[in-house]
This record gives sequence, C-alpha cells and structure tokens, in this order.
Amino acid sequence: MNGLQRIPILKVGRVLIVPIQTDMDDHTVVRLQERILSELERTRARGVLIDISLLEMVDSFIGRMLSDIAAMARIMDARTVVVGIQPAVAITLVELGLELNGVSTVLNVDEGIRLLRDEFGIDGNSDDEDAPGGLHGLGHQVNHP
Amino acid sequence: MVAARSEVRALAAAVGFRLLDQTRLATVTSELARNILKYAKRGRLIAQPAQGPQGRSGIRLIFEDKGPGIPDIEAAMRDGFTTDRGLGKGLPGSRRLVDEFRIESEVGRGTRITVVRWL
Repeated sequence: MNGLQRIPILKVGRVLIVPIQTDMDDHTVVRLQERILSELERTRARGVLIDISLLEMVDSFIGRMLSDIAAMARIMDARTVVVGIQPAVAITLVELGLELNGVSTVLNVDEGIRLLRDEFGIDGNSDDEDAPGGLHGLGHQVNHP
Repeated sequence: MVAARSEVRALAAAVGFRLLDQTRLATVTSELARNILKYAKRGRLIAQPAQGPQGRSGIRLIFEDKGPGIPDIEAAMRDGFTTDRGLGKGLPGSRRLVDEFRIESEVGRGTRITVVRWL
C-alpha cells in the first residue's frame, strides 16, 4: 500500500470524469470514493463518468465501490456511468457473482456522455463556467490533495 | 495486494494462460489476499506452476495465514455470507474462478486455501 496513487477527477460541464488508469490498492479505492462524493458536493456536478477501460481487474471491493458511488451519487441527484469495462473483466465479474447494481455501463466515453445527456438530461457542455470547447477541451482539473 | 496481483498475473502469462484466465487468477488473488489482511493481518502467498496428470500444466496458488481460522467453512462458502460488512462474494466467487479449491482451517490456528487453475 502506498499513498502516492493519484486518480484525477476532471470536471467537464456538469459531469465529473474519473479516468482510472492504474491498478488500485484498497486504500486508494476508499479515498477515491470519498473524493468523488466531495467533488460532487463542491462542484454540484450532475453526472459521474468513471472510465475503467485501463483497469485489468475489478474485484468485489472495487465492484462494491462502483455500486456505492452510484447509490450515493443518486442520493445527491447525480447519475453514474461506468465506461470501458474490458470483456475479461466483465466475464470475471459475473463469475464472481457481482452485478454492479444501479450502475449504468457503456462501452466508451462518447457513449457515456451520450447516455448522461439523452437519458438523464445532463449536458457535458453547458455550465455556468463552461469549458472552452466543451468535452473536446481539456476540462477543469478539480483535484485537491 | 497490487504487487501480489501483478506477480500472479505475470506467472500466469509465463505458464501460458490467456488474458481471461490471467484476469480470473489476479481477481482470485485479490479476494483471498484481502481475506488474509482482513482476518489474519498477515500471511503468505505461494504461487507456483502446477503439473497435473497427462502432462497437464497450470498454476497453483496457496494462501496461508496463522489467523483466527474459519469456524464454519460451509457457511463461509455460501454466497452472501459475511461476518463483517463485505459482500460475501470473496470465497464462493473465488471458487467459481478456478478449477480446484481447497480450504483447510482450524480455529485459533489459521487457514490455508489452495487453488489450481489448469490450462
């Protein structure tokens, strides 16, 4: 375990984008969950898009984090979409007996944004303090240690 | 745990397992190593290539600890059974990801879980 694993949380419009790019230890998983919820409160984002396309493994602990984030975000009036789950990870999750309750999953970030926009009316582009170029811009880095 | 997962994955790849089985084995490692950390605080993991009958090859993982042991193994193997706030997926889920799964446990002495996945 180390405290050096940093997962960025980006705000684009009213969506928080969380690209998970490294295998996480449990401490990092717990910290990430707390940070996403506090960023939701701080930025009043309405959507959370978690990109796990680079995650090579989702075990019961990470699976529970994803379900918990979705449930907690829902209570805070935000929707959660998990994107990019690898086929081997999906198969393993099902065999393990995890269903990712309450989590919407789509294949890629584009579809995640589309789902948030079309199904939930959450726009990644319009915001009081809009990012230039919307989703195609770099977004705001909203990380705090 | 991150290190254990990546070492098991590397060994699995070296033995000849494809991505899906590498992922299964890394996931089993994660679940069972977490149990050791949670209940016994410390223990050890032995990961080795396995040889079966008819020249079959595979991988064997042994998770050992000198922790509190499992009082009721049958209950622990049931989906959804948990003694804390976990999901109760660790043991029964892990069993579904491997070909052989054996638990030896004695209350107050410790637990050893041996799993094998064949190529």
